[in-house]
Amino acid sequence: MDAHAHAAHGHGELEIPFNVHPRPDTGLYNAKLGIWLFLASEVMLFGALFSSLILLRTGVENWPHGWKLLNVPLATLNTFVLISSSVTVVLAWASLRLGDLRKGKIYLALTLLCALIFMVVKAFEYGSKFSHHIHPSTDNFYAIYFTMTGLHGLHVLGGMVVFAYFLGPGAKMWQTEPARFTNRIEVCGLYWHFVDLVWIFLFPTLYLL
Amino acid sequence: MSGHATPEEIRKETRIYLMVFAGLAVLTAVTVAVSYLHLSIGMAVLVALFIASIKGFLVAGYFMHLLSEKKLIYGVLMLTVFFFAVLLWGPWHHHYDTFGR
Repeated sequence: MDAHAHAAHGHGELEIPFNVHPRPDTGLYNAKLGIWLFLASEVMLFGALFSSLILLRTGVENWPHGWKLLNVPLATLNTFVLISSSVTVVLAWASLRLGDLRKGKIYLALTLLCALIFMVVKAFEYGSKFSHHIHPSTDNFYAIYFTMTGLHGLHVLGGMVVFAYFLGPGAKMWQTEPARFTNRIEVCGLYWHFVDLVWIFLFPTLYLL
Repeated sequence: MSGHATPEEIRKETRIYLMVFAGLAVLTAVTVAVSYLHLSIGMAVLVALFIASIKGFLVAGYFMHLLSEKKLIYGVLMLTVFFFAVLLWGPWHHHYDTFGR
């Protein structure tokens, strides 16, 4: 085991190795490999749902057009909001790499704001459906629509919790370990880009076809 | 992407991020505009997935910096792509299953 693993931290805690500098054998710091393995599992999760969508869609003669049933302008707005949040999180990471915490936090706050707008718009969409007595049990189209967008929404919510943490108490790490904090923002940014990536495929397949 | 980039390199990356953002915004507008043409379902699926793939490439390649990532990540992703393809192959296989028809 690496000598760093045994090194005692200031409070007698076990120091986690390679959270700043890359491991010589992988060329990556551990959290980065960790998030990519997690994202690989996420591809399988959403992949199973896309597979179900294809199965449902090709299994019937007439599958409804998403644009006839769903609100395309609201979903388009949400697409712009989500790609905006992808660029703000990567700009937060770039600012931190330049040593600018204040700017980094502004971009993180903008990312959180975009995520909030996305969820509010989604709530309007869902609310409109529920008010017309449309639920996941209505038919197969709405079952897969609510399942996929609901799971995606949960991922947005999870990202919001993480961003809120790094804007608040999590930012303290910058004072003692700025490089490690910067890596953390890179890792949660990778997760966030994946959430954006899923939406990039969800939007046309559910709303536009 | 290296954590040891110079400030000038980071600023150059930032300009690329903004260009990618503009590209994503334009492609989103294009994919919505094309949907109003009401193409045949086969053509509509092809066009929508083609544009979504370009957008996916931009996000994964530049924002997730996969264009300059370590070999181990590529290995993990190749394995992921293989199993993802297997997942999508399932319903495709079902399409040609004539058992009971």
